[in-house]
Amino acid sequence: MNNIVKPVPCKILEVKKESKLEYTFKVESDIKPAHGQFLQLSIPKIGEAPISVSAYGDGWIDFTIRSVGKVTDEIFTKGPGDVLFLRGAYGKGWPVEKFEGKHVVVITGGTGLAPVRSMLNKFYDEPDYTKSVTLITGFKNEEGIVFKNELEKWKDRFTTFYTLDAEKKEGWNTGFVTEFVSKVDWASFGDNYEVVIVGPPPMMKFTGIECGKCGVPDEKIWVSYERRMSCAVGKCGHCRIDEVYVCLEGPVFNYTQAKYLVD
Amino acid sequence: MGYKVSFEEVNKIFDQLQGEYEIWAPKRFAGKGRYSDTDIIKYDKVSKVEEIEFKEKSDYPAKEVLSPITQSLFYFTEDEFRESKATSKKLLIFMRPCDINAQHHQEKIYLENGGYADMYYQRMNEKVKIVMIECTEGWDTCFCVSMGSNKADDYAIAVRAGEGELTVDVKDEAFAPLFKEAAGVDFKPEFIEKNEIELTIPEIPNKEVLTKLKSHPMWNEYNKRCISCGSCTVACSTCTCFNTTDVIYNENTNVGERKRTTASCQIEGFTDMAGGHVFRRTAAERMRYKVLHKFHDYKARFKDFHMCVGCGRCTSRCPEFISITATVNKMAKAIDEIIAEESK
Repeated sequence: MNNIVKPVPCKILEVKKESKLEYTFKVESDIKPAHGQFLQLSIPKIGEAPISVSAYGDGWIDFTIRSVGKVTDEIFTKGPGDVLFLRGAYGKGWPVEKFEGKHVVVITGGTGLAPVRSMLNKFYDEPDYTKSVTLITGFKNEEGIVFKNELEKWKDRFTTFYTLDAEKKEGWNTGFVTEFVSKVDWASFGDNYEVVIVGPPPMMKFTGIECGKCGVPDEKIWVSYERRMSCAVGKCGHCRIDEVYVCLEGPVFNYTQAKYLVD
Repeated sequence: MGYKVSFEEVNKIFDQLQGEYEIWAPKRFAGKGRYSDTDIIKYDKVSKVEEIEFKEKSDYPAKEVLSPITQSLFYFTEDEFRESKATSKKLLIFMRPCDINAQHHQEKIYLENGGYADMYYQRMNEKVKIVMIECTEGWDTCFCVSMGSNKADDYAIAVRAGEGELTVDVKDEAFAPLFKEAAGVDFKPEFIEKNEIELTIPEIPNKEVLTKLKSHPMWNEYNKRCISCGSCTVACSTCTCFNTTDVIYNENTNVGERKRTTASCQIEGFTDMAGGHVFRRTAAERMRYKVLHKFHDYKARFKDFHMCVGCGRCTSRCPEFISITATVNKMAKAIDEIIAEESK
């Protein structure tokens, strides 16, 4: 009998410090996730946690992890050669095929950049895939900035608005991401665009409202939800909202559905 | 085929079955209730028919046999781990029709939801043979007739308990040889047709009404009354939620296990995420979440039934005397109010 919650041990290939609290773990694995999917990571005797894929390639997956809980704290003690246990990938990722040939606006808050990183790199590597990419990304402060090299790289091909909530930094804006929504060149997109929003729940809510003010219809907005999960396969009940399981039908939702999902 | 068998004969049959089956049934634990001098009735292994409580509804549901309150998933030893093993025997479980119907809900979640089948549930479920306990009277908290779960026909054997004897209907031919010396009688089990409580489940016509219902003031009452103890969900025939936690054995930190433990959406912490985000902070929000799951969300997803079999155990077990049927009636009134307000 197939045991769906049985994890597979995988070797850590590389650990990269992104910021004070966030590290990226490159793990050896043949699992081929879709952009925006997540896996269950665990350490035996400590526990299991859902973590989104921040990049992947042949034989490896990147997880960008914030050390904020029992499992992630323990993962932070691991280094190259150590083993993490994986199962997945789970959930529905970004509808990347829907974005083809369109103007794509990506708005992220904090580590919300991690679940869109692999998709952004695809758009960067394949400039003809989209008509244009606009990236609004915000962090609380300089200490919280992740993927510094890629943020620099993306400037070449994307229209970017990088901002810190309250701190000043050279080359960066100051203020919440919501303040930059109206600066997007919506008029030039016509009807041919899609919007991606990921971040903490209040950030997603208010960014959605700002997009609405700019005339963006709900059906063009895509969000990714994070919820507590204990199984990731629709059994444990923790992530359910109404008739929807975030682990099964999410984490990516269209806003027409997401706006009714009141926990 | 129907038979009449004395308890003495039943015990002989139990003896023959013991090698192949674990026999599970509701059993009375005298003095083990939550108040002084009260008993508790819950599922346990039995070897004699006299141990089975036929006269009263069990406090806790039959689901515990298949998905125990706590079970081990994996054992860890240093770098190695292995799956826990299930009992090698088959399971013969005595259940009333409400509990039998509740197994459909358990199967829906554990075996079908999302296209994933849970191995730990599946390996138990495949072993089960059901003995239906005829139930024609019910109790004051029952509303199985309203939920359409007063009847069941997917049983191997049905029994009517009499004084010192059982009348049985053997549907599964595999069990027929056990009764070859018993007296044949005409017997088909009967079912309760009317409970003291009759409940009408309100329809929630659309998402707008649902959203308004979620923030309706009716739920505020439960901030005062509900103490978020989770007694209702532990006693629930259909609830399936669980937590997964790893433990390290105190005596040897190289060894540990991954466990699955029943969880309750009514208890604080059910939605807590690492980093501190919480989605339902109040007892009212948690009550609303549970009631809507039982009487709207589950059916909206699976289209077949509501996630309630009307066993009334949640009402019986609530230390604050919150009645689920009264709550649903309040919800029906709130929905009427919202619809009336909308059509103005």
